Amino acid sequence: MPAVSKGDGMRGLAVFISDIRNCKSKEAEIKRINKELANIRSKFKGDKALDGYSKKKYVCKLLFIFLLGHDIDFGHMEAVNLLSSNKYTEKQIGYLFISVLVNSNSDLISLINNAIKNDLSSRNPTFMNLALHCIANVGSREMAEAFAAEVPRILVAGDTMDSVKQSAALCLLRLNRTSPDLVLMGEWTARVVHLLNDQHLGVVTAATSLITTLAQKSPEDFKTSVSLAVARLSRIVSSASTDLQDYTYYFVAAPWLSVKLLRLLQCYPPPEDGAIRGRLTECLETILNKAQEPPKSKKVQHSNAKNAVLFEAISLIIHHDSEPTLLVRACNQLGQFLQHRETNLRYLALESMCTLASSEFSHEAVKTHIETVINALKSERDVSVRQRAVDLLYAMCDRSNAKQIVAEMLSYLETADYSIREEIVLKVAILAEKYAVDYTWYVDTILNLIRFAGDYVSDEVWYRVIQIVINRDEVQGYAAKTVFEALQAPACHENLVKVGGYILGEFGNLIAGDSRSSPLIQFDLLHSKFHLCSVPTRALLLSAYIKFINLFPEVKGTIQEVLRSDSQLRNADVELQQRAVEYLRLSSIASTDILATVLEEMPPFPERESSILAKLKRKKGPGNLHPDLDENRKERSANGGTVAASPTPSTDLLGLGSTITTQNSAPPASKGTSLLVDVFSENIAAFPVETPVAVGPVADENFSRDISYIPTVHWGTLGIFVGIQSWQSIQFINPKIPDMRCLPLAPFPSRFVCKNNGVLYENQLLQIGLKSEFRQNLGRMYVFFGNKTSTQFMNFGWPFTAPYCAFFLTVSLQLNVHAKPADPTVDGGAQLQQILNIECMSDFVDAPVLNIQFRYGGTLQNVAVKLPITLNKFFQPTEMTSQDFFQRWKQLGAPQQEVQKIFKAKHSMDTEVTKAKIMGFGAALLDGVDPNPSNFVGAGVIHTKTTQVGCLLRLEPNTQAQMYRLTLRTSRDTVSQRLCDLLSEQF
Amino acid sequence: MMHFLLLFSRQGKLRLQKWFTPIPEREKKKIVRDMTTMVLGRKPRSCNFLHWKDLKIVYKKYASLYFCCGLDAEENELLALEVLHRYVELLDKYFGNVCELDIIFNFEKAYFILDEFLLGGEVQETSKQVVSRSIEASDMLQEVSERPRSR
Repeated sequence: MPAVSKGDGMRGLAVFISDIRNCKSKEAEIKRINKELANIRSKFKGDKALDGYSKKKYVCKLLFIFLLGHDIDFGHMEAVNLLSSNKYTEKQIGYLFISVLVNSNSDLISLINNAIKNDLSSRNPTFMNLALHCIANVGSREMAEAFAAEVPRILVAGDTMDSVKQSAALCLLRLNRTSPDLVLMGEWTARVVHLLNDQHLGVVTAATSLITTLAQKSPEDFKTSVSLAVARLSRIVSSASTDLQDYTYYFVAAPWLSVKLLRLLQCYPPPEDGAIRGRLTECLETILNKAQEPPKSKKVQHSNAKNAVLFEAISLIIHHDSEPTLLVRACNQLGQFLQHRETNLRYLALESMCTLASSEFSHEAVKTHIETVINALKSERDVSVRQRAVDLLYAMCDRSNAKQIVAEMLSYLETADYSIREEIVLKVAILAEKYAVDYTWYVDTILNLIRFAGDYVSDEVWYRVIQIVINRDEVQGYAAKTVFEALQAPACHENLVKVGGYILGEFGNLIAGDSRSSPLIQFDLLHSKFHLCSVPTRALLLSAYIKFINLFPEVKGTIQEVLRSDSQLRNADVELQQRAVEYLRLSSIASTDILATVLEEMPPFPERESSILAKLKRKKGPGNLHPDLDENRKERSANGGTVAASPTPSTDLLGLGSTITTQNSAPPASKGTSLLVDVFSENIAAFPVETPVAVGPVADENFSRDISYIPTVHWGTLGIFVGIQSWQSIQFINPKIPDMRCLPLAPFPSRFVCKNNGVLYENQLLQIGLKSEFRQNLGRMYVFFGNKTSTQFMNFGWPFTAPYCAFFLTVSLQLNVHAKPADPTVDGGAQLQQILNIECMSDFVDAPVLNIQFRYGGTLQNVAVKLPITLNKFFQPTEMTSQDFFQRWKQLGAPQQEVQKIFKAKHSMDTEVTKAKIMGFGAALLDGVDPNPSNFVGAGVIHTKTTQVGCLLRLEPNTQAQMYRLTLRTSRDTVSQRLCDLLSEQF
Repeated sequence: MMHFLLLFSRQGKLRLQKWFTPIPEREKKKIVRDMTTMVLGRKPRSCNFLHWKDLKIVYKKYASLYFCCGLDAEENELLALEVLHRYVELLDKYFGNVCELDIIFNFEKAYFILDEFLLGGEVQETSKQVVSRSIEASDMLQEVSERPRSR
């Protein structure tokens, strides 16, 4: 134990911590903790009143236990009591406990607020600080309500101590972040701004943080802070390094305050007042000059602090984007850092240069560093630095250097870290498209992408190359020739087969004149890959084959033979079988004319924003997009201001500056209901690709039978969206899910955890009933929508007035839910039945959400309910003997495998009801296993597609205390936790 | 602003956690797991900065302890490194040659010192003297109020 015992030593606490550290195993630790918890609980419950010291000690122990990662469900009251102690240490521990274990318990909150109020008005600065720290640490809405008016008063009062002012400023900042509506600065604004002039640099530092946040929200109100901030900054920058005493950090004058002031100035455009503007430019120049001076200390702290100010100054220069000389100087400075021996500086230089690259003044200057950046990409040892180099190359790319940059990124891709490959692929694809003057180069680039990093080429990328080839006549022949050559390789990536199948199916005729790529050779080449491919690719190839029949009548016989073979016509996969049957039939009965109409070349795709860009944006999140968003600005300079940004439709594909609209953009197939649209990928919403088959009205007779096709759609990363379409009326789903997400969500009644049938939801109009059955990892749920009114529900299900019907579900990735199509109307008093097929892929927590929309009378009605599909539905009971049970119980002894909960009974503790609930939960109830007959023991296996998880459970009722203890042990911690959460709600 | 500050050992044991934004406990555990695996998996002499989701992660190792914080995208990484360093200096000044054990056994003190230095995810007081003085002052208060007890 360390020798420190300043202030108070809490011996008991130190002993306890030592004990925990001496525990040899997790079990021993848990045992020791449980012992301590029992001890503390009995002390708190005991009749003997505890003295303040003991209370403090026990509360501190509880805090320690909580910080170790254990749940604490008592002691809050004792901690609150400590708040009103007049002993400082007790109060301090009380506040710490409250700050760490925020409890939303409302009666406690009012007690806490009371204590805080007392301390705030105590005029004792130490107590006031404690109270302000607590408000800032908790920052809850209730606290904002109670103190949003009081804290500003403390902040600006003339007699407030400096340290209290600092706490008050940051406390107010925190409240403003959590509840901006409650923090009204109005009357205080001028006095808060005036704090920038305060004598005490600590106060200025804290106030600057506050003002910056407020200024970001309402810049107009805090405009006067600009001149004060410039004045303050100027004084700091020009001060000798010793002037500021302890605010000088390793020979750098007030680096924190400097950086904060520079950040505050970034909320505003360059000052209009010439004098202020001149003074600021002077400051920035001084900061840039200082970077060239020899260091005053060899310590890394010195250079870090100095460079922190420098980087912040450069950020401001870039933000103003108005002083060419400063911008170029900044760029040169960063150029020096690119080759600095400190990795941190190289990283930051690359990062800052990314933003500089988007300024028209400095874009050219940034470009001069291209060789250094490429070198960084090749030689940096740290992947996060290489990642920044990729970002910078992307940002500095324009027409003049695109070929070089794309080539470098491509060659880097071969050795790139797996973690960043996908992003590089996306970036290369975007640059290649954007700066392609010559589309043969574009096609080559994308094929190289597939060759070097096929696994990382997402669907968007290969969709895009097809879209572009289809829209551009001049490249079609070249594309056909190139994919044909690429497919010659003995092992080629499946994505190449997809692109190859699509392009040859459309444009194979353009190279068929060459005897080396005759129709039959093309077909044989494609078909040689067929057996190595996954189902979606095979489906695509079958579509390519039917296109071949149209393009090359001479290979019809060969292809029909392939389609007719058992491996196609009787393929186990429904989709493949169906295509084979239909294509075979189509090729035999349709006349050449009809075939030519049905299978004509794909029409051009409408221009729209590249889905790749949208994907990159999604991947990177906000804040990293400036290179893209500032493209227009950059284009201007790159082209000497002559070319307006993206004037041609070809570059307009990127739709820069627009938001991520692809998700909701109108689908190309909506030109008519007769276009046969196919979905190979799960990502239909992000980028719908049409198959090479354009089915005309005539073909409808052949196709529009009874096949319903159910695509599963990823929508962003939020969840899966299941829609229903039938081929009679194929249209793209327009997934305006965000609208639906705003609906109030009705949770399912908890009885459904142990029951499969019943009424799930009811309002005046609608009743939703359920019947469900589950076996292993599969389930089927019958959902009954009962119309309680006497009027018909129109457009039932689908949230749009589309001619077809569907309703949809939002589910997590761990569940597959498929629905069969239903009738779009429900007559008054009638019932509609919907069948859902459910497959559990892996263990899950979130239940799927059923969204329903229908028109009743003139108005649209929305309902969203959670479906009671819970993990325990996939339980299969397992009978076992007492011996088996305890053997397995011991095997599952690792601490993370066990989850235990102690809770109060919510219902009467009836043995039979409990038994029924455990069986309803899905586990086998094992009699005579537990030596104590009043305990319940159960066992079962959770089935998911990927794994099976054995589960054991034990429920110990304590009728006297009206409590239960529930213990779950399973081989997977998430399963233990989920089952315990679910089951404990039942009693 | 700073979103969180974590101190953990080479073995991934969490020694101190401070959250400046409201985050559910489960999410906290996930962040801690992500941070420890990510930071402990870094090669020596790599740079001290990472991107993680929308946050900038800045970390530094002091003896056996890793100090790691998550920042908003517009924050200054180098200065955040010095925030970590200043905190180490403050701990050092208080404990005198601080070591991991000091923080384990006096965790409450480590939190008190942090509260004097950072508040709401922003730097409150950068002067080492001022922070140390206010910690000492409260320690004095403790001794005064403790005296009657230790008669």
